[in-house]
Amino acid sequence: MTGGATHRPSNRDQLMAELAVDARQIQRPIRAVTVWDRLKANHNWLSAWFMLPTAAFLILFLAYPLGLGVWLSFTDARVGRAGIFVGLENYEWLLGDTVFWLSVFNTMLYTFVASTFKFAVGLYLALLLNQHMPFKAIIRAIVLIPFIVPTVLSAIAFWWIFDSQFSIVSWTLKKAGLISTNIDFLGDFWNARWSVIFANIWRGVPFVAITLLAGLQTVSPTLYEAATIDGASRWQMFRHVTYPLLTPIIAVVMTFSVLFTFTDFQLIWVLTRGGPVNATHLMATLGYQRAIGGGYLGEGAAIATAMIPFLLAVILISWFGLQRRRWQQGESND
Amino acid sequence: MSYFTRRTLIKGSTAAAAAGALTGPALLEWAKAWAQSAPWKPEKDAQLSLLRWKYFVQSEDDAFVKLTAAFTQATGVKVDIIRESFEDIPPKASVAANTGTGPDLFWGLYSLPHLFPQKCVDVTDVAEYLGKKYGGWVPTAIAYGKSGDKWINIPIAFNGNMMNYRISSLQKAGMPKFPATTDEFLEYAKATKKNNTPGGMALGHATGDGNAWVHWCLWSFGGNLVDQNDKIILNSPETVKALEYAKQLYDNFIPGTASWNDAFNNKAFLAGEIHWTNNGISIYAAAKRDPKLKEIADDMDHALWPVGPVGKPTEFHVCFPMLAMSHTKNPQACKALMAFILEADNYNKWLTDSVAYLTHPLNAYDANPIWTADPKNTIFREAAKRTLTAGGLGSVGEKAAAALADFIVLDMFANVCTGREDPKGAIKIAERQAQRLYR
Repeated sequence: MTGGATHRPSNRDQLMAELAVDARQIQRPIRAVTVWDRLKANHNWLSAWFMLPTAAFLILFLAYPLGLGVWLSFTDARVGRAGIFVGLENYEWLLGDTVFWLSVFNTMLYTFVASTFKFAVGLYLALLLNQHMPFKAIIRAIVLIPFIVPTVLSAIAFWWIFDSQFSIVSWTLKKAGLISTNIDFLGDFWNARWSVIFANIWRGVPFVAITLLAGLQTVSPTLYEAATIDGASRWQMFRHVTYPLLTPIIAVVMTFSVLFTFTDFQLIWVLTRGGPVNATHLMATLGYQRAIGGGYLGEGAAIATAMIPFLLAVILISWFGLQRRRWQQGESND
Repeated sequence: MSYFTRRTLIKGSTAAAAAGALTGPALLEWAKAWAQSAPWKPEKDAQLSLLRWKYFVQSEDDAFVKLTAAFTQATGVKVDIIRESFEDIPPKASVAANTGTGPDLFWGLYSLPHLFPQKCVDVTDVAEYLGKKYGGWVPTAIAYGKSGDKWINIPIAFNGNMMNYRISSLQKAGMPKFPATTDEFLEYAKATKKNNTPGGMALGHATGDGNAWVHWCLWSFGGNLVDQNDKIILNSPETVKALEYAKQLYDNFIPGTASWNDAFNNKAFLAGEIHWTNNGISIYAAAKRDPKLKEIADDMDHALWPVGPVGKPTEFHVCFPMLAMSHTKNPQACKALMAFILEADNYNKWLTDSVAYLTHPLNAYDANPIWTADPKNTIFREAAKRTLTAGGLGSVGEKAAAALADFIVLDMFANVCTGREDPKGAIKIAERQAQRLYR
């Protein structure tokens, strides 16, 4: 801290003045380094500062709503009025609520069946699109269409396809003389379930197919060449080359696919609103109907919160799975 | 493929001549004079935004826009109208009430204001002013309008939901006039089914048509969800009878009504697939407008709901209450607009242009020419006087609104009609759902 000494003295007066300033500075007692000083200068902390905006963003838009939702589920909040803490009362009511359990069953069925089919069809489509064929790029783009169309629009199209009086399917089959009365797509319990599941599969397949296709393209052709030389059949090549290398991406894609399906809302809401007689109510739609439509925020929040363990389970399975070499390489861990 | 709703069906409906109503410059002069003398002086630089249900009859909305434009010219208060499908209004209004931001005025259905009574501007003075001037409110308007001693909304209009039927198939069923009792009605349903001219009523989650018919059925046999003290009394022999009756009716419906929402019966009726259903006047309005549907328009008529064993009408029509949110910066402007809408010089014209889709809540408007211009309109005049209120015997408050939104009664009927549950089982499920809300 001898700033003045580094200057070349241009004249005596100036030098004297600078020395006087330095003398005063030296006389000041040395202050102990505070925590704040360390934080200001520490490089590790600096990175923490840079992360702060992101953290604030995540807390504000992810953690806070989630926490608020869980908190609401322990209150008797109504729309337009803050609730008081009621402990587990909302959950106790749900325990004995047949409609709630029906929605849990529906959600599981919907997720399981739709995800299975989406995986099977998506994988098949990906393998197909991975072949060399004319107009490959255009065909790949076309496959994406169901995914791009807004859910509500495609739901309205399905609304017409599944109409009880004006369905194109019923009409065609009737004209062909195969059936005599219209198919009751959305009015019958099981028909309605299969119909909405079908619509969900139709929408979800492109996502699975295109992502798996991207995975397929990372598989080195030399592996196939080697396998061919070893005399592997097409099935063996798929089973022992393609599938093991695709496993990590399958895990990621299916995690997302299951999460999307489990929390689906729009399709059901447009097609059936949970009807007939709650046969297609998912936990998400039931929670919305009770919280927003009916105004019982606390109970709706409880239904939404009840979804969390399921979602967490899915995430954990795929997370632990991805940690394991067996999943990554398709080999044994041992 | 276009999105086919009641609204698109009725675009540009013909409006009967608005006898005696002011138009053009005369309306403006009158509006200005009104603004001078009205008890509510809008705040300086006031602006209003109003969220209303998306119209089903285009000419009704056109008239409403003209009416608010006249209000703007007379008072300088700009009114911004936002339209949402009516199922979306309760959530939006609830969120606005919860957060204290959003439109100043909401125009929704049934007991919407009773979901958050403490967030509504007290409009007792407007209600008293209008009641005194226009022959008094009909009793159901008072039931919907008041919370305790205060008016928390103005029930601007009702929407009649009546029986719609084809005259020719009624004759073919061997009936001189539309059934007046539930017994005759069942005979009629059977006969029309046999003649291959069936009818049908919505059993999906249809807010308007679905709720209308199942509540009519429940009440007409003396069943009720709750009593005067909001105590649940659903589990009764009367409810069982109502459910058994509905099952018989359903067996004679066209197949597929369990999936119907509010628009399905309109489509099916206009396509000639069904010959009777319950609906507002929108089917007739659409048929009258389209020359291709003239045959249906000529061959159809409306009837009051059959009366059941209780011996008195048990109809359930829609009420359209308008409320001002307490977060509005311009409560006086809100009140002025509500009063302005219901003044004769505005309201008569609007009623006429709504081609009987809307029914008045104030007795003086019985004299509006729309009710006699076409004899097929006339019974809709009675909608506000004949309807029971949401909640039946009980309060019209948030519990009743939640029960409607949760389709408790509708699902009970659908459970029995589709054969999922016997009446006892269906009642038990519904009772459990109701206990949740009425605790």
